[in-house]
Amino acid sequence: MESQEVKLLGFWVSPFVHRVEWALKLKGVPYEYIEEDIFNKSPLLLELNPVHKKVPVLVHNQKVLAESFVILEYIDENWKQCPLLPQDPYDRAKARFWAKFAEEKILSDGAWRAARAKGDNREKALGSTIEALEKIEGELKGKGKFFGGESIGYLDLALGWISYMLPVWEDVGSIKIMDPTRFPATAAWMSEFVNHPAVKDSLPPRDKMIIYFEKRLKELEI
Amino acid sequence: MASHGVVLLNSWVSMFGMRVMIALKEKGVEYEYREENLTDKSQLLLEMNPIHKKIPVLIHNGKPVCESLIIVQYIDEVWNEKYPLLPSDPYQRAQARFWADYVDQKLYGALRKVLFTKGEEQEEAKEFVDVLKVLEGALGEMPYFGGEKFGYVDIALVTFYCWFYAYETLGGLNIEAECPKLIAWAKRCMERESVSKSLADPHKVYDFAVGLRKKFGVD
Repeated sequence: MESQEVKLLGFWVSPFVHRVEWALKLKGVPYEYIEEDIFNKSPLLLELNPVHKKVPVLVHNQKVLAESFVILEYIDENWKQCPLLPQDPYDRAKARFWAKFAEEKILSDGAWRAARAKGDNREKALGSTIEALEKIEGELKGKGKFFGGESIGYLDLALGWISYMLPVWEDVGSIKIMDPTRFPATAAWMSEFVNHPAVKDSLPPRDKMIIYFEKRLKELEI
Repeated sequence: MASHGVVLLNSWVSMFGMRVMIALKEKGVEYEYREENLTDKSQLLLEMNPIHKKIPVLIHNGKPVCESLIIVQYIDEVWNEKYPLLPSDPYQRAQARFWADYVDQKLYGALRKVLFTKGEEQEEAKEFVDVLKVLEGALGEMPYFGGEKFGYVDIALVTFYCWFYAYETLGGLNIEAECPKLIAWAKRCMERESVSKSLADPHKVYDFAVGLRKKFGVD
């Protein structure tokens, strides 16, 4: 049997890395975690991911993979236990669609942008983030604990950062984005997610995140 | 019913829509093609893609699938008896997804910059060529991305080929001089009927691009 040597290059506060860790934990795949300082990238990182120079990077028996969604699908295809993506092609397409949507509208250009922005920029970013959250709320209504039903899956991992990182950004940016009365299904899902065994004990400490993002906010104000 | 419940909402000039056309043709799937006027979107488009209101949209048995690469993967998974577009090995599949994602992340943005700036702005042209060179590096000495068989990454990238004439003319570039292996690869792909029948005429694309630039006050 092929030996399973799995290494993960990560950065402690990166949500892109966290989702890969959750996937490995769910599948019960042992791995070696290597912390990278993304502000001072190691020769190893630059060698393994010369195209993007980013974490996460997964190394599985010498095979190198980058980009968190690509890594998630690889993990799902390589280790069959606890499937992340649904079986049906249409459901798979929908999961991929919503993961991409949330990545573009709530993560990259959404909440973090809103937290950093001032004045009109803030209003605009907040408005579009909330609009996007409404779509996600719609997807969660009547679904059960998670996006796919009773079991955690791909879309939960893709959006999981919302449950512990978004509240930190709201704090640091003094901005209300995820109002639980407006997004009850999302609020309930957030609670299920942070309490899931594969997630619970792996989240970075809140106070450490607050310090980190306060610093980044000052550096990246728009 | 001739189309077997498959409808494609598209715009003739979209390199994203062309990807879906190639995939459907590779699989031999009959479908109904509907040209959308993007300045006057149809009720069907707005209903089938309310989130982005964009083409391409594949409607299969009444259910919409959106986002071109997601659609291509869907097509590969549904019509899976023959002509696989993605490799079967998980690592090779991951490589394919990585490079298709790279095209979407880096190429389209670089192209838009070339399209909407004057020819003197060499920065944008350089960025675009740099991205092409990375892709050329990934191709290496293989006939197609990923090896001997035409597949997912080829589909993701080749549809930009019919836009090259417009970018060269408007951006003052010579892509073949910069990336000869990539152009050779594109011509190889064009020998496939699925590709040659799906890509738009480069001169018509150029006219369209010129029109766009006028509309946005670039020229």
